[in-house]
Amino acid sequence: MVSIDIETEDGQREILRRMLTIRAFDTKAGELFADGELPGFVHLYIGEEAVGVGAISALEEQDYITSTHRGHGHCIAKGLDTYKMMAELYGKRDGYCNGKGGSMHIADVDAGMLGANGIVGAGPPLATGAALTAQYKGEDKVALAFFGDGAVAQGQVHEGINLAATWDLPAVFVVENNHFGEATAMEDQHNVEHLSATAEAYDIPGFTVDGMDVTAVYEAVKEARERAANGEGPTFIEADTYRYEGHFEGDHQPYRTEEDIDLWKDRDAIETFKNRLVEAGAVTQDEFEEMRDEIEAEIEDHAERAKAADYPDPSEAYEDMFNANVPEINDFAARMRADGGER
Amino acid sequence: MSTDTASGEGFSDTETMTVREAIRQALREELERDEDVYVMGEDVGTFGGVLGVTGDLVEQFGETRVRDTPISEAGFTGAAVGAAATGTRPVVEIMFSDFMGVCSEQILNQMAKNRYMFGGKTEMPVTIRTTEGGGMGAASQHSGTIHTWFAHLPGIMAVAPGTAHAAKGLTKSAIRSDDPVIIFENKQIYENEGEVPVSEEYTIPLGTASVEREGDDVTVVATQRMVGESLDLAEELAGETSVEVIDLMSLYPMDTDTLLKSVEKTGRLVVADESPLSYGTHAEVVARVQEEGFFSLDAPIQRVGVADTHIPFSPALEEEILPHAEDVRAAIDRVV
Repeated sequence: MVSIDIETEDGQREILRRMLTIRAFDTKAGELFADGELPGFVHLYIGEEAVGVGAISALEEQDYITSTHRGHGHCIAKGLDTYKMMAELYGKRDGYCNGKGGSMHIADVDAGMLGANGIVGAGPPLATGAALTAQYKGEDKVALAFFGDGAVAQGQVHEGINLAATWDLPAVFVVENNHFGEATAMEDQHNVEHLSATAEAYDIPGFTVDGMDVTAVYEAVKEARERAANGEGPTFIEADTYRYEGHFEGDHQPYRTEEDIDLWKDRDAIETFKNRLVEAGAVTQDEFEEMRDEIEAEIEDHAERAKAADYPDPSEAYEDMFNANVPEINDFAARMRADGGER
Repeated sequence: MSTDTASGEGFSDTETMTVREAIRQALREELERDEDVYVMGEDVGTFGGVLGVTGDLVEQFGETRVRDTPISEAGFTGAAVGAAATGTRPVVEIMFSDFMGVCSEQILNQMAKNRYMFGGKTEMPVTIRTTEGGGMGAASQHSGTIHTWFAHLPGIMAVAPGTAHAAKGLTKSAIRSDDPVIIFENKQIYENEGEVPVSEEYTIPLGTASVEREGDDVTVVATQRMVGESLDLAEELAGETSVEVIDLMSLYPMDTDTLLKSVEKTGRLVVADESPLSYGTHAEVVARVQEEGFFSLDAPIQRVGVADTHIPFSPALEEEILPHAEDVRAAIDRVV
């Protein structure tokens, strides 16, 4: 998807639509997990929609992103198909990774989505690599890494940023400060008030923006993309946001209260942006509700189809390890199976 | 398809060169052949690599294609993974394999897993070159032989050349592979000389072993430095014991068929590899041969390696720890 012009009404409605899609998708995913429908872990993005949508709307279609274990929102903002995402959550063959990745590992390299990632700090070096490819090949592409406040404590994040800064690579680093690294408060993991202070060490621009304001995120990333594409190197953006749900679904959250969450919900990114558009006459309350109902119905339909879809054949577990044919895998598989097998 | 063979058969035009020169020639040829290939690592540019392997490549190809990195193995190894996923073919040098401890996350969870985890939709043409082995008085953190770790890790191919021709052929195949390959170079053999095909088309298929010397009484499956030492030993023992020496070359995938064929002929097997003996590369060779070739064996299989210690600093201690030809000879004596 090409960058969206936030100045136009079409662009504003598209931004609203993407935020609503994320909210609907993750709300549904949370319900399905609670009902015991989904295997594994599920980490929801609800509350943080303005960051993913604001940032990716400011990118061009050909740009790359790396994501996190809380990656559904980034996928949707990057234009990924919510049926294929839902199918992946179910572990079905129709999923983005043919059921091999699940919620934490959705990727679509052709769409520039280099993978959600179960390792919190792994994305920044990968984005640095994608930016290296762009610079090496002289392509107009930028790589943006999303990572959380917890990841800023991990060494490889800093190595990735340092390398990108040293080589003036077209990279943008966006830390989503949702105030908790798993179950530990941000201030118990870092000594600085603003994580954007990190930028100073690498002599690159660093900003903290209101991550509940999609426009603020959009504008910061737009500027960072321009700088990156002009060969002026990376930018570090901290988006101050909040996750409404626990670290993972089922988290009993002893580390905060409902009141804490409500303070942030009062500034809900979707509600705020919608109100602004209604005020400006870009959208009516009725149109907004119609859009939301339509999206929710679509997600509902995708979830039902995903539930009904086929699981992969067990034999597919032995596929996709290598591009080359590696005899070991089939030989060992044949031996391990009840029906035996010979070399 | 070219007539790839491990020994370079079919490529009659050869030159004598060291292992170091053979690797550099491989890098040079691949840099020339494919614009998407570039080399990066600590001091690989102007300095020419701390062990001199990249040498003068920067003069020919410039700093964009032979690039010095900060001392940040996690950063540049991770960048190589991201770069490979997006359409280039990085060749990364990790100065000493012990330093792979620093970037294991990017190897273990990203490079090895992305293709599978993403349903086969990502290619991962990364080559990592790294050095192994003791004998330089470099002590424990610069002397490890750790290839078993990575050969054991699904999703990575691992090779370890024992000769100059293997070094060239494997390096070229690794760079051309769309899968991640780690090349483990023993630093004690960089000066070893051998005949190397000079053809740019000369490669060695990953997953093949090479019978470097034929024999009838005992098979020695060796890797890296132990290949040359075993060949010298075989020469010494000629007339007394006929020793077949195989350079295993590819740790994963492993050429089980060549090993089985040899043991079928000799009935005896010694595995010589400079890594700790427990749960090691030795064990993998032993397991495969006994699983499928048990009835070919006339004697218990013998292992020669490091006695599960780190590599000490003092020459007196280091010499005690490292396996040598006399250890292979003792192992042969136990079974022949």
